[in-house]
Amino acid sequence: MSQNKIGSVLIVGAGIAGIQAALDLAESGYLVHLVEESSAIGGTMPMLDKTFPTNDCSMCILSPKLVECGRHLNVRTYTNSQVVKTEGEAGNFKVTIKQKARYIDLEKCTGCGACAEACPVKVDDEFNQGLGKRKAAFKQYSQAFPNAYGIDEKNCLYQTRGKAKGKDICLKCVKACQAGAIDHQMEDKEFEVEVGSMILNPGFKIFDASRLDYYGYGKIKSVITSLEFERLLSASGPFDGHLVRPFDQKEPQKIAWIQCVGSRNAKINNNYCSGVCCMYAIKEAVIAKEHSHIPVDTTIFYMDMRTPGKDFEKYYNNAKNNQGVNFIRSRVYEVTEAKDDSGDACIRYSTEDGKICEDQFDLVVLSVGLEPGDSSKELAQMLDLKVNKFGFAELEPLSGVNTSKAGVFAAGAFSGPRDIPETVMQASAAAGAASALLSDERGTLVSEKEYPPELDVVGDVIRTGVFICHCGVNIGGVVDVPSVVEYAKTLPTVAYATDKIYACSQDAQASIKALISEQKLNRIVVSSCSPRTHEPLFQETLKEAGLNAHLFDMANIRDQCSWVHMHEPEKATEKAKDLTKLAIVRASMQQPVQPIFMSMNHTALVIGGGVAGMTSAVSLADQGYEVHLVEKDNALGGVARRFSTGFRGEDMKAFVAGLIDQVSNHPNIKLHVGVGIKDVGGFLGNFTTTLENGEQLAHGVALLTIGGQEYKPKEYLYGQDDRVMTQIEMDEAIYNHDPKVDNAKNFVFIQCVGSRSDENPYCSRTCCTKSVKLALKVKKKNPGANVFVLYRDMRTYGYYEEDYEEARRIGIIFVRYSENAKPVLSKEADTLVVTVTDHVLDRPIEIEADLVCLAAAIKAPADGKKLSKWFKIPLNAEGFFLEAHMKLRPVDFSTDGVFMAGIAHSPKNMEEVVAQAKAAAGRAGVALSQDQVESAGLNAFVNKRKCTACGTCEAVCSAKAVTVDMVNRVAVVNDALCKGCGACASSCRCGAISLRGCTNEQIVEMLNSL
Amino acid sequence: MGEIQVETENKKYEPKIAAFLCNWCSYAGADLAGVGRIQYPATIRTIRVPCSGRINPLYVLKAMANGADGVLVSGCHPGDCHYISGNYVARRKFALIKSLLNHVGLEEDRISFSWVSAAEGGRFAEVVKGVTERVSALGPNNGIFKVVDGGAADE
Repeated sequence: MSQNKIGSVLIVGAGIAGIQAALDLAESGYLVHLVEESSAIGGTMPMLDKTFPTNDCSMCILSPKLVECGRHLNVRTYTNSQVVKTEGEAGNFKVTIKQKARYIDLEKCTGCGACAEACPVKVDDEFNQGLGKRKAAFKQYSQAFPNAYGIDEKNCLYQTRGKAKGKDICLKCVKACQAGAIDHQMEDKEFEVEVGSMILNPGFKIFDASRLDYYGYGKIKSVITSLEFERLLSASGPFDGHLVRPFDQKEPQKIAWIQCVGSRNAKINNNYCSGVCCMYAIKEAVIAKEHSHIPVDTTIFYMDMRTPGKDFEKYYNNAKNNQGVNFIRSRVYEVTEAKDDSGDACIRYSTEDGKICEDQFDLVVLSVGLEPGDSSKELAQMLDLKVNKFGFAELEPLSGVNTSKAGVFAAGAFSGPRDIPETVMQASAAAGAASALLSDERGTLVSEKEYPPELDVVGDVIRTGVFICHCGVNIGGVVDVPSVVEYAKTLPTVAYATDKIYACSQDAQASIKALISEQKLNRIVVSSCSPRTHEPLFQETLKEAGLNAHLFDMANIRDQCSWVHMHEPEKATEKAKDLTKLAIVRASMQQPVQPIFMSMNHTALVIGGGVAGMTSAVSLADQGYEVHLVEKDNALGGVARRFSTGFRGEDMKAFVAGLIDQVSNHPNIKLHVGVGIKDVGGFLGNFTTTLENGEQLAHGVALLTIGGQEYKPKEYLYGQDDRVMTQIEMDEAIYNHDPKVDNAKNFVFIQCVGSRSDENPYCSRTCCTKSVKLALKVKKKNPGANVFVLYRDMRTYGYYEEDYEEARRIGIIFVRYSENAKPVLSKEADTLVVTVTDHVLDRPIEIEADLVCLAAAIKAPADGKKLSKWFKIPLNAEGFFLEAHMKLRPVDFSTDGVFMAGIAHSPKNMEEVVAQAKAAAGRAGVALSQDQVESAGLNAFVNKRKCTACGTCEAVCSAKAVTVDMVNRVAVVNDALCKGCGACASSCRCGAISLRGCTNEQIVEMLNSL
Repeated sequence: MGEIQVETENKKYEPKIAAFLCNWCSYAGADLAGVGRIQYPATIRTIRVPCSGRINPLYVLKAMANGADGVLVSGCHPGDCHYISGNYVARRKFALIKSLLNHVGLEEDRISFSWVSAAEGGRFAEVVKGVTERVSALGPNNGIFKVVDGGAADE
């Protein structure tokens, strides 16, 4: 490793992984060079319509991040760029970046689109998957950052025909551009940057479905890919969100999805499961039904339904039982064009019992898998990174993010297919790892953002600007947005009102800023989505325009209006008007509020000393922070102590011992083993936790990694016969050469014991792979053994598909049972007999078992409730921790300064636990790197003239922030302690105490306007 | 308000309910209902407050005096308050205001107090449905201090 470390990081690929890693690093004091091949950041997420399992609009949740990343002072974004050369070692790399000419000056371009309008060349639009057209002068999508156009030199008339010959061909864009931004003579340039570390997340490409000609893709017009379908659903798509067939604009009434196109296919060497397609197909089927104004019949043809993620099973059940999506377990033979000239497609398939059927559909969607992108391969080659046989980067075992080269980390689909939360987790983990590597250089290359001086608006005439968001069709599809705008214009103080397609986009922010100065606006109201997610974004815009961030309010006309009154457009519009009015009243009475700064304790507390807790502790300690690691058990290691090998054959005992060694000897880690927690108090920057032994720990952040519990089966004679054991017990038995295993001839594995049931309606994610691994172990040791796996859906996602295939190849027998006909285990004399109805034979079969292994569910931790109370954090219905946002904030709680990792969040395997633990440490590191904690300053304040020093406020304040000064006979608020709940203000008998941003006058005036 | 009442006379009566939601639990629960597309009547007009403890009894009186047909106050579950005990403060006040309003002759069902956590989107929708049904059954709010025996309305 280099001695001359550099406090900056190169990030290759600006999809959601690159953006998340860039923001984490830039926020914690590192300069980021973000390299993106295309002309805008965003990656695949902007192309998606909705995201599972929350059905959040993809663009809406991404947009704030795009804006934040785009305008972050310490993120240097290079679009149209590629890394062409790297040299050096961890801590100090020299990287050569080649930036292709954009032919439009980013500094001058205003994103007005006049060039595209004038451009005569129309080509297929890649962003819309070729379903629409774009010009040769184009912007990828309307919310893109940079908010600037670019010229596609391969299609531009001047670039292809005129430039070389020196002829002035076309050049219409030059004439059209008022800003003088177009420069056709621009040249590619190469430059060097010095960085301490690299994070690679070049993403994936979708499988080219035309490689499998039996699906008819490219030949039959009504056969499309799932990504094309996303564009059909999207409000910003080629048909403005009207669900129609691309070729004849007919509204489809019968749509089919075919799963595993290009995945789980050994013939084309794609013998892995892409992991995301089952969920996105269900989502598309549900959204299609929701989206279309005519009834739509949706059918999904699948082999195994793989919905093992958090809340995925519930989503699947809801689609199946409440939304009426049909699921057909089948093998599809071929897709042919219907003979009736309707343009439809026919699917010929065989069902599980061998029956061959055919059905005709208006539209057939191929659920295409994920493959390594072309640039991923080049990148891996250039850096000489280890790749697996599919071309994805191979990560170091149980590292979560480490590539085979020191100082180079991977995130997202670079190392294999993964969904958005896993990608975001890995990105934060990679950022944390880079931060740990470069901790000595933190803060050396960054600069601080400076805002224009704040305009003094006190006493000015109030001029409110109102922006009503369509949110694509999310709001605009239900609420009559233009009429809300017109209504807003009639309200007192409103000086300006307009609508926005996406109020959160980069161009909308620029326009709001410009309008603030043009129209001299001094209050801003945005009617869009939830202030809980978007308020900070708009407030940042206000600050950049020189307005105090609190001269603002939001009306939530999406989450709490258009989404919940979808079938009552008139009432929803009425409500949207009222909510907008309330926001205008509140905003017009807002006064500037100055933030309050409090000290930050740079120590972390990690609760739970299992693999997740220890991994987080080491990562934080390596980042240079003091860590208290508390474990209530008498030994570290958690449940992992009971495992022999990991899913990739890692020696688990050695791994856990290594971690214990690391945490025991790290100078920054203080262990508190064998002691529980008695109480917790405080908030971000200033927590105090009291241990059961009375010791008090002061810390700035907390990481909750308390693991889960193994379900103790009540079924299958568990506990009554010692030949029936859980997976963990069997693992131990194999490790200890238990004769019960060693001498057994007939093994039966029963899946979903306590999972996917009424009691635990979720999938425990790891058990299918674990059973396959255990089955392989016993079968390989004793090839004569008869091994049966009784399952509902084999969920060997990702590369574990290879194990499943190997298991079948070497003779392990897989028998599917249905939820309604569970296997029965009985004891005849001393013989264990398993009876199960085989779906192919359609008759019960009996297996005499020497050993029965139950795939027992993973349950939520018992201590979750206690922590929930102490840290004010929510749990989901099953008792697992509920994250701040399921897609984009997978390790954060909504309470600032508290983070989670491991099983307590949801069931996951060891590799995933490690990645999440590093992610939590990465996110906690971002918080700890701040010098001070900034609080908005929305605190209580006292009108001394009215105060009678009665002491009621002091009595109700649970934060002990208000005290009565008996000398001056007046109540005094301690701003550092006040948390702004307002209990004092509502209790004050003489109306002397009020709350900034939520004064009595404001609320009363809002009620008056109701 | 008056104008809307005239409008709705011919249609099915649709109440207007002022809803005070605490930022940390109930407002988040309401957002979650949206994310889950759980439909409920468009009767509430939300006022976001940091904590249910912020709600001054005066607000309830003001809302009723201004012609709201009902008031919903929703906070975190007991013990879950982001500010430790704000919801208990709210509960005490609420018990008081409820008996006062009862005393002056306001129908009890016009005002509701509930707990909805950030994870309870479905419950939030149910709460709104319940409140809407109860208030609808009572019909429009004819003024909080209206005296039935012919005395002058005092406002």
